[in-house]
Amino acid sequence: MTTIGTRKHSVKRFLAENGALAGLLVLALVLAISNPAFLTAQNLVNVGVQAAAIAILAFGMTFVVVAGGIDLSVGSVAALAAMVGALTAGPVGLVVGALCGLVNGALVSYGKLPPFIATLAMLSVARGLTLVISGGQPHETDELVTFLGSNLTPMLPLPLLLMLALFGVTGLVLTRTNLGRRMYAIGGNEEAAKLSGIDVRRQKLWIYALSGLFAAAAGLVLAGRLSSAGPQAAVGYELDAIAAVVIGGASLSGGVGRATGTLVGALVLAVLRNGLNLLQVHPFWQQVVIGAVIALAALLDSLRRR
Amino acid sequence: MNALITARGITKHFGATKALDGVDLDVFAGEVHVLLGENGAGKSTLVKVLAGIHDPDDGTIERNARLAVIHQELALVPELSVAENLFLNRLPRRFGLVDRAAMRRRAPELLDRVGLRVHPDAKVRDLGIAQQQMVEIARALDQDAGVLILDEPTAVLTGTETDRLLEIMAQLRDNGVGLVFITHHLDEIQRVADRITVLRDGRSVGVLGPRATTRHMIELMVGRPIDEQYPREQQEAGEPLLRISGLTRSGAFEDVTIEVHAGEVVGVAGLVGAGRTEVARAAFGVDDYDRGTVEVDGKPVRRHDVQAAIRAGLGLVPEDRKGQGLVLTGTVGQNLELATLANRDPRRLREIADRLRVKGHVDQPVRELSGGNQQKVVIGKWLLADPKVLILDEPTRGVDVGAKVEIYELVNRMTAQGRAVLLVSSDLPEVIGMSDRVVVMAHGRVAGELPKGATQDQVMALAVQESTA
Ligand SMILES: Nc1ncnc2c1ncn2[C@@H]1O[C@H](COP(=O)(O)OP(=O)(O)OP(=O)(O)O)[C@@H](O)[C@H]1O
Ligand SMILES: [Mg+2]
Repeated sequence: MTTIGTRKHSVKRFLAENGALAGLLVLALVLAISNPAFLTAQNLVNVGVQAAAIAILAFGMTFVVVAGGIDLSVGSVAALAAMVGALTAGPVGLVVGALCGLVNGALVSYGKLPPFIATLAMLSVARGLTLVISGGQPHETDELVTFLGSNLTPMLPLPLLLMLALFGVTGLVLTRTNLGRRMYAIGGNEEAAKLSGIDVRRQKLWIYALSGLFAAAAGLVLAGRLSSAGPQAAVGYELDAIAAVVIGGASLSGGVGRATGTLVGALVLAVLRNGLNLLQVHPFWQQVVIGAVIALAALLDSLRRR
Repeated sequence: MNALITARGITKHFGATKALDGVDLDVFAGEVHVLLGENGAGKSTLVKVLAGIHDPDDGTIERNARLAVIHQELALVPELSVAENLFLNRLPRRFGLVDRAAMRRRAPELLDRVGLRVHPDAKVRDLGIAQQQMVEIARALDQDAGVLILDEPTAVLTGTETDRLLEIMAQLRDNGVGLVFITHHLDEIQRVADRITVLRDGRSVGVLGPRATTRHMIELMVGRPIDEQYPREQQEAGEPLLRISGLTRSGAFEDVTIEVHAGEVVGVAGLVGAGRTEVARAAFGVDDYDRGTVEVDGKPVRRHDVQAAIRAGLGLVPEDRKGQGLVLTGTVGQNLELATLANRDPRRLREIADRLRVKGHVDQPVRELSGGNQQKVVIGKWLLADPKVLILDEPTRGVDVGAKVEIYELVNRMTAQGRAVLLVSSDLPEVIGMSDRVVVMAHGRVAGELPKGATQDQVMALAVQESTA
């Protein structure tokens, strides 16, 4: 059969597939008109930096969600990795993050726990360990980690670059690697994936490990920015990460999701927070607005799917 | 007489695809109206338009009776019990709560009517696919609708269950119900049809009477005659490629020995519940077994290990395409590449899709394909992996006559290249016509083996024999 790809169709298709992007552009436009402070280079760079940590967490989350799971532990793992990094060295933090992810993966695939439960347990354990090893005190980060949070030039903050680099990695993993293709298969139909010869359990191990690794990276960036790792860092960030992934069009029932969507989702959250601050909306009300936007994004998405 | 349903000029697009193009259809009381057409001809779309699930882009529908529809894809809730599924949209209530007692009282009666022997409290997910289909039929019967639409209900049924269903349909017709019936089995059409509307590429190309010949039906729906429905080209049998010996799992199958040689197609016939699918799954490593061995090309295959089975050169096209064969969220291409992730190449994917004549694009979501075309994608996945032995479990379920022949040609091609095929099928003409030998299973055991040219009666005689154990 031939596919008739008219121009009109492809434009429509593009918008349909990138509803979040359209939303982001509208949001930015509204803010640009209502407050001149928004569209300054400095402010936009700030938005990028604010988005970085959430975006990096959300990239890792995308792998898990595409594969039909969920990872509630990313905020705690980020904090633990950053704390370990501060007490020892940055790379050790990354290893610890990946290990936490591996434990999640093992509980889910070999222990057959629902991902929600396994990672909820890790959320608590990782936060607890962070408190234990820190003695409840913030700790200064070493030079390497501090460098991660620094600006190369005033307009070129490293967190922003890291976010873009990991965005590239995420896209590559999802579209070009066997692991990525398998994520879609597992999330779309685990039984069919199994019968096609995919070692579902082993893949899940790697998928959660990746999420843990990305969480650790986010934790280090966050700590680097402040030059200090705090025991209460990144509390609740897992919810922002999930929101970013969902706003980006991924399906929590698995099999659907893209790196671009997640990046846009994280930017929507950051732009929204920034804009609400600029417009001096009370923080209490900000939460209400953000919640409404998440619901709206999910609604639009489900309408589009019909 | 007034028609129960009158549809005129129905047109429906999906994006650039014209699924229906000016179709007229009448359904009268007391008739079985068959919709016939190739995969993707628009039959299911027409059903969904009639049922009000899709709005037509153009055309009018007049409904003078209540409709009950059995859709092509099963619409049961796997986690709920049989009884709960039967009364899903109208659970009997007492004091505002679900009246379980009333449900349990009424369920057996309904199940009896379709001849299904399962416990009303059994979870639907634990039933076989044919049993699930019968549950769905029972549910539709209970709605006392004036029009009953059945979209390929017999695709997953075996002979006896099909007979039962056709009987029920004849009864309903005599009671003045109007039936719309879709099937790719031409013999069933000859048994029950009062009128046959043939669809091709979304258009109605003719209405035939009850005495239409198979040849006539095929020519009208495919656009060309098909001379040989089962074009098996037998090869000289070579070395044994698959050897299942003494395979046993208590409660499922017992001491099953089947050998398939290079160049051979061995059929496995039997009733639903005879253990055919269980043996196929166990041989492929999906499920474990207690005793016995599986060898491919002389080398034993590790048990309960799908990857080992695939490495050894096995492939399995499972019977339940939606549940086990396809990743519905993925595209045609993503599904084709599933078993061979290591060497995917867009050109190969397109080539396979073309060779199978999949009506759809490689980048199209597979859920948008018609049922028969989805089945071709599952088979294509394994052709791409090029296994030494391919196990086909009900491979032509829901596949139209023309496409069936194409699948059989692929089977011929595989065996001509020295591969082997184990063909599990409930379609007797198919399993007899396409196999070089037929192994018949009953009650989890091999009841006997028949050479090429066996008759349906011989197969059935072995299949229904009483358990000796
Ligand atoms: N939801 C959908 N989105 C896009 N295309 C669709 C959708 N549903 C059906 N189609 C297309 O419409 C055409 C008709 O499909 P339909 O399911 O009606 O075929 P069918 O005659 O029932 O085939 P089969 O015998 O395989 O069940 C096909 O080309 C199919 O790909
Ligand atoms: Mg159909």
